[in-house]
Amino acid sequence: MNVPQDLQYTRSHEWVRTEGDTATVGISDHAQDELGDVVFVELPDEGATFDAGDSFGTVESVKAVSDVYAPVGGEVVEVNSSLEDAPEKINDDPYGEGWLVKLRTSGEADLLSSEAYEKVVEEES
Amino acid sequence: MEGLEHTPLYDEHKALGARLVDFAGYEMPVQYEGIQAEHRAVRNHAGLFDVSHMGEAVFRGPDAESAVQRLVTRDVGRLDVGQAGYSAVCYEDGGTVDDVIVYRREEDFLVVVNASNREKDLEYFRENTEDFDVEVADESDEWALLALQGPEAPELLQDLTDTDLSDLRPFRFAEGEVAGARSIISRTGYTGEDGFEIYLSPEDAPQVWSRLIEAGVTPAGLGARDTLRLEAGMCLYGNELDAKTTPLEAGISFAVHLDKDPHFIGQRALLLEDTGGLHKKLVGFEMEGRGIARHGYHVTSGAEIVGEVTSGTRSPTLERAIGLALVDPGVDDWFEILIRDNPVPAKAVPLPFYRRDRE
Repeated sequence: MNVPQDLQYTRSHEWVRTEGDTATVGISDHAQDELGDVVFVELPDEGATFDAGDSFGTVESVKAVSDVYAPVGGEVVEVNSSLEDAPEKINDDPYGEGWLVKLRTSGEADLLSSEAYEKVVEEES
Repeated sequence: MEGLEHTPLYDEHKALGARLVDFAGYEMPVQYEGIQAEHRAVRNHAGLFDVSHMGEAVFRGPDAESAVQRLVTRDVGRLDVGQAGYSAVCYEDGGTVDDVIVYRREEDFLVVVNASNREKDLEYFRENTEDFDVEVADESDEWALLALQGPEAPELLQDLTDTDLSDLRPFRFAEGEVAGARSIISRTGYTGEDGFEIYLSPEDAPQVWSRLIEAGVTPAGLGARDTLRLEAGMCLYGNELDAKTTPLEAGISFAVHLDKDPHFIGQRALLLEDTGGLHKKLVGFEMEGRGIARHGYHVTSGAEIVGEVTSGTRSPTLERAIGLALVDPGVDDWFEILIRDNPVPAKAVPLPFYRRDRE
């Protein structure tokens, strides 16, 4: 299981890369592995706003439908539209080309360090 | 996982790195490498499934045939010894108890049932045949079951058996040896491909499994089994079929002999439905808009709910979202699937979604 130390995480298995007031969000390597082959992604429109903990989209594998939740509140400034035709990027490169959205953050976020997230995953298994 | 049963191939699944899930009380492999890769291996080469969780009921005694005739919708009097038939089992009101395969053997009938229905079925079989001189034995724990499916299946299996497989037509079976293990070799399956189901003793199963894997067969899990059967337009009990759905509504009238004599349980109800009109019908559909239909989603036409999705996925072969739905009989070929409160256009298409090329 790959859990990069320079990212932050949520208990619902999203990762966050924060640069200034922009947060890039995706799902963790563990999450993509649990889901299996991702075949469909539904993402919000640019300009949509979410509170921390809101579902902002869905990631579907052959068998399962999984909601993805905003790790922090904010406005969607960019979505990874390349996932529409190539959702498998989430399996192949969850922390890179498989990113989902970029948010302009507002408000505080309660995020986990990579060590804390690894413990969450261990407890679940 | 605690409290779950294991098939005789549990250690093999673990060694292959399978993802195991609870299915009908068994810890079963849902996938090894990935559902789509396994699906494609079956369509293009060959895949091997452990389906030992399936139940086996054997009807023995002077009235065995009469007992089976009362229980199943197919006329098993028309089966030859060595022939199998897909059939439904119904309640008096026509609702479906299970869908099964009946094997007519020299001395008895082997009825293969869904794992999730095993206990219910055995009780139903016994309750409804008390007046017959028949023994209904639950032999589920005495049989392992491997499904070898795909265009390369005949060649691969022929290397391991002296039984001439070219003589074995679809829905025929023979007793023989596979890699030295006594087996029933049946030309049946649940994938829409050519292939075999091999019934053998639990002790022999790991060895036969390993021989086939060593020969290059891809291990395939229940995930691929589900996408394969859906592309082939086959019903899954609990999705397309249940106590509230008749086999006619689920589109398996080919397994129902309405003119059967002796009568089967539910025949009168099915005859009435056949003449009076179906209450609902199974349709295959493709999504026209973006999204994947899933079991339980509503089918709508304008503001009205006109049915429910029974199965849906993204088809690895067609590379588009497909599904089956039970809908009001009057619904036309264009409707919507309600995906997260969003009506997404879909259109009815003929079944099956996928049909293999035959020589």
